[in-house]
Formats: sequence, structure tokens, C-alpha cells
Amino acid sequence: MEHIMAKYLLLKHYRGAPAPVNDVPMDKWTPEEVTAHIQYMNDFAARLEETGEYVDGQALAPEGTWVSYDGPGRPPATDGPFAETKDLIAGWMIIDVDSYERAVELAGELSAAPGAGGKPIHEWLELRPFLHAAPTITE
Amino acid sequence: MNAELLRSLTPSVIGVLVRRGADFAAAEDAVQDALVEAVRPGAGEPRDPKGWLVTVAWRKFLDAARADTARRRREDLADREPPPGPAATSDDTLRLYFLCAHPSLTPSSAVALTLRAVGGLTTRQIAGAYLVPEATMAQRISRAKRTVSGVRFDQPGDVATVLRVLYLVFNEGYSGDVDLAAEAIRLTRQLVTVIDHPEVAGLLALMLLHHARRASRTGPDGSLIPLAEQDRSRWDTSLIAEGIAILQAALARDRLGEFQAQAAIAALHADAQTAAETDWVQILEWYDELVRLTGSPVVRLNRAVALGEADGPHAGLAALAALDESLPRHTAVAAYLHERAGDLDTAARLYAEAARKATNAPERDHLTRQAARLNSR
Repeated sequence: MEHIMAKYLLLKHYRGAPAPVNDVPMDKWTPEEVTAHIQYMNDFAARLEETGEYVDGQALAPEGTWVSYDGPGRPPATDGPFAETKDLIAGWMIIDVDSYERAVELAGELSAAPGAGGKPIHEWLELRPFLHAAPTITE
Repeated sequence: MNAELLRSLTPSVIGVLVRRGADFAAAEDAVQDALVEAVRPGAGEPRDPKGWLVTVAWRKFLDAARADTARRRREDLADREPPPGPAATSDDTLRLYFLCAHPSLTPSSAVALTLRAVGGLTTRQIAGAYLVPEATMAQRISRAKRTVSGVRFDQPGDVATVLRVLYLVFNEGYSGDVDLAAEAIRLTRQLVTVIDHPEVAGLLALMLLHHARRASRTGPDGSLIPLAEQDRSRWDTSLIAEGIAILQAALARDRLGEFQAQAAIAALHADAQTAAETDWVQILEWYDELVRLTGSPVVRLNRAVALGEADGPHAGLAALAALDESLPRHTAVAAYLHERAGDLDTAARLYAEAARKATNAPERDHLTRQAARLNSR
């Protein structure tokens, strides 16, 4: 009838997300601001480990390739880099939390990471629930 | 040493250590360390496994206390010989259940702590079962221990919170190398031996009746097989018989609760030789009881399904119309009732919509196949 914990994916976008309040590209920050930003992300992950809510976090390179099956006996077709796609994932964090409200709270915290001028970026993060295993009792 | 037996001794051995003066968190760690030593190759088979476990766990506790020089109080304790003390009683086991399901814990913490301190599972096993890193689960357990550190061990608890936790363990379909459903049944069987309560029996009956159908619930490819289509010859008749006997004894005590009512519904399904022989009228009466007992919207949704079977799909749809559409599986139920009512276009559309709303993959795939079946007519 109910699940206790739910896993959520916090998706960070290189592009495709609505524009943040503090919308200055990272290469226009000062080196100290870059360092402070990365420190904030690391501290956030460490804090989630402490609370027993952290599952995984990874960053992705911006450059990628489209790959597709191209028929029997042929190597896969490749295309790219995907310059024209609207949506580009920068990385993710997976959390395991007691409620949707908690997931939103944590995403809000992560979005407050400092950017240019040491001010929060207000970056829009995409919050996606994982499908879980089927419960035993359904009727 | 027999790992199953050792695990069943876990709560009472923790109880012994706590009554000798160890705090719960340290006692629990010491017993875990002793369990690891017990299953090491060459550990042998002591004549008195519990006595062995108490001795080794107490030594582990003393070692840890001695190493922890910052904590004078435990140091002083460590220098004393343990008082002979009474043998552990079944009360210790019961207290452990209460402590690990304490209302100050979140459900996930209560589940993790119960599996470790009552179930004797390792942190790695629990982490594997819930698909989180071992470090994360270790933190969750140690936070849970801190949360209950101020709770007096001999404080009586509410059995309903314990049943809730055991139900969650049973119902969570995750799997690592630990069979959580079997573990929940083991812990509930053990609880039955230390507390006399018809709802504990009701929960055990409910678990047994559902466990009996486990082999028939999924196809070889992991796909979900709904109750009406299950191969009933694969149901475990001895588990069903045991579940029904336990349920009847509980119901005879005339203290109905939600787990007994849920078990009664499961028993009526188990009783039917074919899906067509299901006594939906009686099932509907039990759903009425469940609505009265819980008032839960999810129960009302299931009641609409039963009503659809007992009085026809239009009756079911009418009941469904009174319920909040945002309820989980509301759309799936609507699709099913529309199909039964012969409105296949609406059913196909609703199955596809229900698949998009499904919260688990087997259900999503099942609903997608239902939509595809109707669309390829």
C-alpha cells in the first residue's frame, strides 16, 4: 500500500533548464567563486551521507555522441556532438528519502549553491522519482 | 554455527547486555561483532549457542568500552565483573521490537534498525536489500540509534508501530541477497511467541497468505501476473492452511483490526479454486469493515474493485467516481472497470494513462500490455 523510502534523481542541466536568477556562465566567475561552488556541492553530498540519504552522484562531460543500430553486420551509426539538442545533462545526484517533500527540500538546498558574486545561482534542478519494485500486497 | 539460529538470538542477547548496564547502541554493536565471529570458519558448534553469544558479545562490549577511554562511565563498568543477573526473558525480545519501532524514528530508520537489532542482519545485507550504499545505511542506523538513545529500554511500547514496521519490511519488493518477505515472516513469527495479540496473529496470517502465492505472482521474465490469471496450482497450500488457521483463531477472539480484515480478504482469495469462484460478496463485506476500521482512501479504491466484481462494473465505476482521482492506481482501476463494462476505447486510453502514472516498473509494463492488447484488437 505504501513505500517507505523513495529514490529520486536530481538532474543538473548544462542547457535545457529555465534560466536561473544568477545567470552568469561559470567561466566568467572568479576562481575563488568556482572553488566555493564545488566546495558547496561536496559539502552537500557529505551531509547527505551523514543523514543516510545519499546514494550516488556523478558529473557528465558536455561533449557526447549519438549512437544507433545501423543494421546487421554494420558498425553502429554515430553522430554528434549533439549541438542542436535543447537538453543537455550536466550530472546527477541520487537520493533516498522518506518523502517527496524532503526531496524537494534537498533539491532547493542544492540549487542554492553559490555562483557569481558568491550569491546563490537559483539553478533549476529537475527532480525525477525512480520507479520502485512492485509491492507484495496490492489488493 | 547456524546463522539462522544465531540471528534469532540477537534481540535477547542485546537485552542481556543492556540489563548488565551496556547502553543499547554499544550492546547492539557488540552483538553484531559477536555474530560475525560466530559464523567464521572454525568457530565450532557450542552446546549452548546463546550462552556463547552472550559471553563473546560481553567481551566485545568490554573491549570496545576499554578502547574508548574518553568514556569514563563505561570504563568503570568494564572493570566490574558482570552481575550474574537473571536469564534473558522473552520480554527483552519484545522490548527490542518496541525500541526499534519507536515513534520518534522515521519509518525507514525504524525498518533499518529493526532488521539489524532484532533481525541480526548486517548493515551490508540491509543496504543491499534497499539498494543504497553500505555507508549510507550505516549512517542511517547509527542516527536511528542516537534517536532512541534516550528511550528507556523497559518502557512499554505500542504494538501497532511494530506491526507497521514489519508490514513495510514484508511489502517492500526490493531484493538483495536477503529475502525481505521471508525475514518479515520470521520476525513476525518470533513476535507472536512473545506477545499475545490478535492483530499480530492477523499480520502473520496476512503475510503467509500472500507469501503462498509468491511463485505464481510473476512470470519467468519477471512480468506481473494479476490474481485472476495466476496458476493456482502453484499456490503453497500448506502456507495457506497455516495462514487460515492462525486467522481463524485470531478472529474467534472478537477483537477485529485492520490486519485481520486484510488477512480475511486474502483468505477468501486463497479459498477460491478458480478466479470465477471468488466470493466477492464476502470480500466486499470485509472491505466495508476495513473502511470502517481505517477510513483509508486506498482501501476505498480496493473496495470499488470488489464492488465491481460483486455488483457489476457500473456499480464499481459509480463508487470510483466518488474517490479522488489522484489516488495511486485510480486510473488503472478505472481502466479495468471500463473494460469490464465493454467500453474498450476508454479502457485502452485509461490503461495507457495509468501506465504513465505507475510508480513501479512491473505494473507500468503490465498496464502498457493491457493498453496494447486493446489497441491491437
